[in-house]
Amino acid sequence: MAQRRASPDQDLPDNILPEQANSGRRPMTGRRAADLLTITPQGLYCPAGDFHIDPLRPVARALVTHGHADHARAGHGRVLATAETLAIMGVRYGDNFAGSSQTASPGVSLAIGNATVTFFPAGHVLGSAQILIEARDAAGRLTRLVASGDYKREADPTCAAFELVPCDIFITEATFALPIFRHPPADAEIARLLQSLRLFPERAHLLGAYALGKAQRLIALLRAAGYDAPIYMHGAMEKITALYQDFGVELGDVRPVPPREGRGGGDLPGAIVLCPPGALQDRWSRRFADPVHGLASGWMRTRARARQRGVELPLVISDHAGWPDLCRTVVETGAEEIRITHGQEDALAHWCATRGLTALPLHLLGYGDDDAAAAEETVTDAAAIGAAP
Amino acid sequence: MKRFADLIDRLSCETGRNARLRMLRDYFATTPDPDRGYALAALTGDLSFANAKPALIRQMISARTDPTLFAMSYDYVGDLSETAALLWPDAGAGTRNDLSLTAVVETMTAALRPQMADLLASWLDDLDETGRWALLKLVTGSFRIGISARLTRTALAQYGDRDVEEIEAVWHGLTPPYLPLFAWLEGRGPRPKPQHLAPFRSPMLAQPINETELRQLNPPDFVAEWKWDGIRVQAALGTDGDGAPIARLWSRSGEDISAAFPDLIAELTGKAHFEGAIDGELLVVQDGAVQSFNVLQQRLNRKTASSKLQAQYPAHIRAWDALALNGEDLAPLPWTERRERLENLVSRLNSSRISLSPLVPFASWDELAAARGAPAATDLGVDAAAVEGCMLKRRDSPYISGRPKGPWFKWKRDPHLIDAVLMYAQRGHGKRSSFHSDFTFGVWRTGDDGARVLTPVGKAYFGFTDEELGQLDRFVRANTINRFGPVREVTHTAAHGLVLEIAFEGLRRSPRHKSGVAMRFPRIHRIRWDKPPGEADELATLEKLLAAD
Repeated sequence: MAQRRASPDQDLPDNILPEQANSGRRPMTGRRAADLLTITPQGLYCPAGDFHIDPLRPVARALVTHGHADHARAGHGRVLATAETLAIMGVRYGDNFAGSSQTASPGVSLAIGNATVTFFPAGHVLGSAQILIEARDAAGRLTRLVASGDYKREADPTCAAFELVPCDIFITEATFALPIFRHPPADAEIARLLQSLRLFPERAHLLGAYALGKAQRLIALLRAAGYDAPIYMHGAMEKITALYQDFGVELGDVRPVPPREGRGGGDLPGAIVLCPPGALQDRWSRRFADPVHGLASGWMRTRARARQRGVELPLVISDHAGWPDLCRTVVETGAEEIRITHGQEDALAHWCATRGLTALPLHLLGYGDDDAAAAEETVTDAAAIGAAP
Repeated sequence: MKRFADLIDRLSCETGRNARLRMLRDYFATTPDPDRGYALAALTGDLSFANAKPALIRQMISARTDPTLFAMSYDYVGDLSETAALLWPDAGAGTRNDLSLTAVVETMTAALRPQMADLLASWLDDLDETGRWALLKLVTGSFRIGISARLTRTALAQYGDRDVEEIEAVWHGLTPPYLPLFAWLEGRGPRPKPQHLAPFRSPMLAQPINETELRQLNPPDFVAEWKWDGIRVQAALGTDGDGAPIARLWSRSGEDISAAFPDLIAELTGKAHFEGAIDGELLVVQDGAVQSFNVLQQRLNRKTASSKLQAQYPAHIRAWDALALNGEDLAPLPWTERRERLENLVSRLNSSRISLSPLVPFASWDELAAARGAPAATDLGVDAAAVEGCMLKRRDSPYISGRPKGPWFKWKRDPHLIDAVLMYAQRGHGKRSSFHSDFTFGVWRTGDDGARVLTPVGKAYFGFTDEELGQLDRFVRANTINRFGPVREVTHTAAHGLVLEIAFEGLRRSPRHKSGVAMRFPRIHRIRWDKPPGEADELATLEKLLAAD
């Protein structure tokens, strides 16, 4: 087939494919990335330090970038992560989520095997980190590799800001790696929500948001915009939100949705109610007063997605870097090799190629590469926390 | 422009009919003339700019973006205007929100072709994303936000406290920005004169029915007709002010398709002229024999028809209802009376291009089922190839616009079914862009070397539930063996792979396809998680069907 030659996959070095990684084949010359990081069926693996990053299945030693369920899973032997991420995993999976855990302090280097690792803030959610790995490659050169996890560069009052870490090899996410994803300023989106509240003061504003990160950021943004009324939330979000408050994030008057009054709809007119996106359309939502269905997500950038979800008030607020920030970050790290994990890998790889940068998609399966997976994640959240649906 | 952009932006996310009507009514009530009239025209599809076309948008955005990134973005968004609005460089965004819709419409109408690109670019530079999207939607003329012309006129009727049929009756004589229409609706002016002498009437549609539901009905209450596999057409005829005959052919949705069928129009304004309107199926009839849909397709989706095409594929109306005759509205009459008028009319016209849709006699549902199962065995003869089931109509029912429950049913012939193997999957567009939703499937064929290989025979992108789509998507992701841009090849060996039961309406030879056959209307009927791919159907099964058809 003629298309086959055009496929970017054909440029993949052998050692980056899972089966070859398994067979122990050594890296190709001139590819520095492979000495430091390769792929196994469990996910990204660093041979020099004998550890995985955000593994999809239980491994002996895991370094975890942040607490979202597709990155932080239970059942590993040893886990190294920031204090916040470890606390989030504890809330999600219980205290015995791993054999043992170790706290990584941002900016403090640790030796693991023949590698040195350092965590730096990624600006994604509370505790989110990029991981810098320094090790000597097969040729004896010292190489710096950064695995970004998920990141964003916009200001976010609920987590530490992204820190740029210069490196030779940058492994970036690509969730919103299409040029259509230019996130508007978050405060302008919040202004639209407040405008809708003024237009429909008799209606409850039901706002879908991921339980970890997005919900707390929305509350903080609303507070920054001067909204000081109580904000209500679905049971699935309470524990994580309390954890944010324990870590000193100011969220003001946040309350659980009170027990239902009577049988008909009509609860909480004029209030803002946060819930996981999956709860927007379910029976739970019918108790509210003629609710306006909103959803805060980078995916709301396209109308078709908003319509698909039955969302009347789409708010384009994302915890991932949009296209301009992805491109900017890739360049600013100074990396000569780019690896792209999950999302719209092909578009970012193409853009890098037009800038003379070597960039290869890793085609990792299992991470939330679209909102369907993210929605599933929040359902998992609710189940894991044992909250009411 | 800002008000209009906000209106269509909100409409595009609103799903409730009543909420949409309310938004439209509010807009008409609070927006001054002539802006609201141009907005009305935009939503009813009555605005068109000769010098601004979708090709221009594509050209303009292509000049400002990387072609590969544009293609990927367009593939993801699935809508040219929205893609361009999202990709347009964000220089002075929002600085021209005071631009009026009237200024945009009138400037674009007056602009010459060479000026258009600069004009649009200057607006696009200064509008925000919603404004850019609305402007580009105006240029392309298709909003695709789920607002039909009918719904827009319904909102207008509600605003003026009138019946929507009253608006429809005067609509075709009016032009944007509809000042006299608004004046009438607001009690400031007289009712505009109905101008169209051969108007479109909204057609009556049938509900689908299956055999179990059918058996709840009482056979003597109904008549049966064949369901013809052509296109629904309404022929409306009148006389203009000078006494000259007029004829219009309207599609089911009220599109004027007269220009594509000059042969029929000549007949209807000539020897087969009458005053009134009939409803029926447009078919191709060669030497007295009704041709299949495949043949009819030669005449469809064309703006005109050459004389050669007209001679080779003569257009014909198989009539089944009379809506008006000699100034009398027949719609309130029961079917039996309308049928009698229609029979008289068709026999009086005595035209080779207009025939009566015959009734299918039956005394019990079993008898009808037998006729539907084997139409060729009835007196239809060769015409059976153009029949796709039966229509059932209540004898006492009036002609009601829309899809009323109860009076008309369509009982379609069962589709053909085959078991095929999933070979490739592609991401969908627009709202399905996060799923692999276009599936290419194949059947087994014995290759030159004697080995069995799969050959692709078609592509299906519907027929499954949302839940099944999720399952299919997961299967594709977990079983990808190759990627070609947006297309993934999935495992398809005799032992491993996924069998899809495909339903389709017909099959024709196609030299364009490697397998030599093309399916009509293929869809996924069932996912056979239980069946090994080796047991899927052979190409020979399809070829046999081709011979039988």
